[in-house]
Amino acid sequence: MISLASTILSTSDEEPAVEPITAVVSAAEAGGLFEWFWLLIAFPVFGMLVLLIGGRRTNAWGHLLGTAVVLVPFGIGVALLIDMMGRAEDQRSVVLHMWDWTIAGNFTADMALRLDPLSMVFVLLITGVGSLIHIYSIGYMSHDPDRRKFFGFLNLFIAAMLLLVLANNYLLLYVGWEGVGLASYLLVGFWQYKNSAAVAAKKAFVMNRVGDVGLSLGIMLMFVTFGSVAFEEVFAAAGEADGTVVTLIGLALLLAATGKSAQYPLQAWLLDAMEGPTPVSALIHAATMVTAGVYLIVRSNALFDLAPIALNVVLVVGVVTMVAGAVIGCANDDLKKSLAGSTMSQIGYMFTAAGLGPAGYVFAIFHLLMHGMFKADLFLSAGSVMHNMNDQLNMRRFGALRTVMIVTTGTFFAGFLGITGVPPFDSFFSKDDIIKSALSQNWLAGIATIFAAGLTAFYMTRQLSMTFFGKKRWTQDVKPKESPPVMTVPMIFLSAGALFGGLTMVYLFNLQEWLTPITGFTPGELPIPDWAVEVITIATLAIGVTLAWRQYATRDVPETPPVNVTPLTVAARKSLYADAINEGLFMRPGQHLTRFLVWFDNRGVDGIVRGTASGVSGLSNRLKLLQNGYARSYALTMVVGVLVIAAIFIVSRWV
Amino acid sequence: MTLVMQAAESSGSTGEQVTFWICAFLIVTGGLGLILSRKTVHSALFVAQTMISLAVLYAANGAPFLALVQVIVYTGAVMMLFLFVLMLVGVDSSDSLIETLKGQRVAAILMVLGVVVLIVASVGGALSNSTSLGIAEANEEFGGNVEGLAHLMFTTYLLPLQVVAALLISAALGALVLAHRERIGERLDQTTLANRRVAAFGDGVHPGGLPNPGVLASSNAIGTPALLPDGTPTELSVPVPLRGKKAPEILNDPELIKAEQAEIESISESESAIRDAGLAGIGGHTDLSDVYPDQLDPDEAGTGETELPPAPDDDAKPGDA
Amino acid sequence: MDPSAYVILSGILFSIGALGVLLRRNAIVVFMSVELMLNSANLAFVAFARMHGNLDGQVIAFFVMIVAAAEVVVGLAILMTIFRTRRSASVDEPSLLRN
Repeated sequence: MISLASTILSTSDEEPAVEPITAVVSAAEAGGLFEWFWLLIAFPVFGMLVLLIGGRRTNAWGHLLGTAVVLVPFGIGVALLIDMMGRAEDQRSVVLHMWDWTIAGNFTADMALRLDPLSMVFVLLITGVGSLIHIYSIGYMSHDPDRRKFFGFLNLFIAAMLLLVLANNYLLLYVGWEGVGLASYLLVGFWQYKNSAAVAAKKAFVMNRVGDVGLSLGIMLMFVTFGSVAFEEVFAAAGEADGTVVTLIGLALLLAATGKSAQYPLQAWLLDAMEGPTPVSALIHAATMVTAGVYLIVRSNALFDLAPIALNVVLVVGVVTMVAGAVIGCANDDLKKSLAGSTMSQIGYMFTAAGLGPAGYVFAIFHLLMHGMFKADLFLSAGSVMHNMNDQLNMRRFGALRTVMIVTTGTFFAGFLGITGVPPFDSFFSKDDIIKSALSQNWLAGIATIFAAGLTAFYMTRQLSMTFFGKKRWTQDVKPKESPPVMTVPMIFLSAGALFGGLTMVYLFNLQEWLTPITGFTPGELPIPDWAVEVITIATLAIGVTLAWRQYATRDVPETPPVNVTPLTVAARKSLYADAINEGLFMRPGQHLTRFLVWFDNRGVDGIVRGTASGVSGLSNRLKLLQNGYARSYALTMVVGVLVIAAIFIVSRWV
Repeated sequence: MTLVMQAAESSGSTGEQVTFWICAFLIVTGGLGLILSRKTVHSALFVAQTMISLAVLYAANGAPFLALVQVIVYTGAVMMLFLFVLMLVGVDSSDSLIETLKGQRVAAILMVLGVVVLIVASVGGALSNSTSLGIAEANEEFGGNVEGLAHLMFTTYLLPLQVVAALLISAALGALVLAHRERIGERLDQTTLANRRVAAFGDGVHPGGLPNPGVLASSNAIGTPALLPDGTPTELSVPVPLRGKKAPEILNDPELIKAEQAEIESISESESAIRDAGLAGIGGHTDLSDVYPDQLDPDEAGTGETELPPAPDDDAKPGDA
Repeated sequence: MDPSAYVILSGILFSIGALGVLLRRNAIVVFMSVELMLNSANLAFVAFARMHGNLDGQVIAFFVMIVAAAEVVVGLAILMTIFRTRRSASVDEPSLLRN
């Protein structure tokens, strides 16, 4: 097994450094299906419009339409992929200029889409996983009276996400970016009658806005610096720009990415976002939207390559979130929240990889792709469990579910294999690539990635054993049974992805070769041999699995969380005090500032305004008395005037 | 006039001093009288006093022409015009001197005092050391004051004179236009008025003239109401200002009543006979209580033709200014 | 005689006229007060004419009289018109200047 892995990986290590190809061809030149790839977005937009405008009339068939308008783009995406694979490497970036969107002075932003190997990967991930989750949702939401609306929102999300990855300039990307934010808000708060869901939606939205400020600042800086926001022009001009400005742009984009991808310091919304329906958690908060930050950084690789400071910050953010997310995942008893912690951790892996620069971009995307599959699988499996356990999520009241939910157990186990990195499944390839890359660039980050891999193994084993193994700890009223095929079939498909995605990407498709023309690649020098790294990693995994298995499978799990635990566990249960920190650092001072501003507004600003107004009106009331309509009064005024003027003349004569 | 002129010739003489102080006193009292008198006619008379005194001062200053013009134009024409208007507006209108505008009186007096102080201070300061050249030389240049003025007016000041002439004509025209009342309705000729009167008679307004006072009554005093054929007195015969107030006063005086009764009894027999013959059916009108029913108890009062509508409120009623 | 005495008298007369304008409500009295003020100016003119030894001041005073006469004619006509419509000669009552 080890030799197999090293053989696999040695192929990639021997590859020479690759410089990114920046050339693009227009859709008209590319011809064929490329002239029509705007349909990718048009279909889900159409579905959304029909479902949301059509209203209740579409209730009967809305979910079918909603699924179809995602399946069709998936088909188009596959056809496009085949078409693109047949093209030369420097002919694969296709730009479709649709119309001039914004023209203001010398500022232009076109309605232009760009399909290149990077966005191709995303298109397939979004539409592929999206299709499966749509199908799954048909079953999962079957009892919900608002299922049609749910599909409308999902279609909105798919459209916005596709726009995000297909945009050819940052402004259009921003539209998609906000679109997915909106979809996320709508879907997290889908059951808005639950206070927790409404609050979670608001929290996600607000924290995303903080990140969006970064994106808008970045775009403005780009416009000021380069005079354009189109990808090609920005990347081409980046080399000549001031390094500080590029660093600032990089940091602004990073802020945006941390917001969208739930990285430190804007991570706190993700756990709460689990209030949304599970398909939403799977699609938006695991597979696609939260990886938009990674996409943004990898897409902007030309900028980050010129801003090593920004890149280092990306690395730090990635490492911190990777470890912290894993720690949270280890302690949370809520199945979905534990998985959300895992999502943070895995995206932290991607950020770590992206923070390594050209040595890691491609692995970030690789891991992103793998993560999209195994995490969607895990979430759908969790949703299946939840669906049959009366929407409970407390793992302490699960246990022994393998006896009744054999398919779900299998798919969850497949996801487990995919995420932990057991050879030869997904993460074995993607995560080990990241670990090696990190070790070659920055040994500290490398060690952190290995440690996080161990934590991953621990929390996944914990989830697996607490949910499916051990003794029954069910509440009285639940009678779990297997989910219907409309849910299990997508889970099985995703399991296949979780199990064999890595192999496919390495042997059949060669993702690395596919992406390097976009991201560039610089191979690193490992300080220790390949096999040693793999041995260490797998040993760490084994330790994690063993520890968790001993604690949660072989021993009884108490139905209430034990109290006498280490401070770390206490902290981890509270998501490492994220909410407390946010409250203490931002909310309270913010409230105080607001109160002060309100006070100042009332007393200071309004005081001046009202004072002026009342002063003027008071003066007017006095002056009004002069305007009494009596000619004699006016005559008196004249006399006064004459007197004053005469006095001035006479006195000035004397003086 | 000649005296005053002579006083003027000798500039700074005691004669002029006396003239000045007398006139100054008259001028100031005239002005104050204008302000302080309650009746407008008095004000006008005070102004006339001021103007004449001013004329004297003009003469004292070697301006006989102006002095005469002042008397003729101002005192003669302008003040008479004022009086005309006063009569039109209502001669008995008198102002109340209570100030209605808050603070107006105090402020006005203070301000005007300020003006006086300023004028006195500035004029006193400016003219204290000036020497007067005297007007005698200028008056003699063309052989007299009028000749001198005529010379100036028809040479240097010819254009202003023309302009002022135009102004005067315009003013006359303006007065005509302003005083002109546009006829709004149809012109009322005799036929129309007669028809209207007859129509009014239908509503009870008698078309004939009002009865004369004292007719057929015990007294022909203007305040005594005439007696109607049925013996009831009618107030319509009494001039409006006297209605209902003067007559009773007379009658309340027992001396007067006695005298009147005596007078009635001493009426000649023939007259008495004629009256008795003519008004046999009525009788009793020598009884004063019949003549003045309002002196008696109210039940018997008001049975006469007092139901006649009151005299129309004509323009003779003075304004309530 | 010192011309300043005449001028001061003229000033006092002017002030009395102004006081009349300010204090009296009867338009005719106000009018007469204005006449008084004009006359006070005439007195000053005549006094100054004497002081300067020429007749120009007297000519101006004459013009003032003419203008005053014209003014009285028009003013009284206006007064009559107002009285005709408002039955009042008070300058306060038609406080039309008030909104």
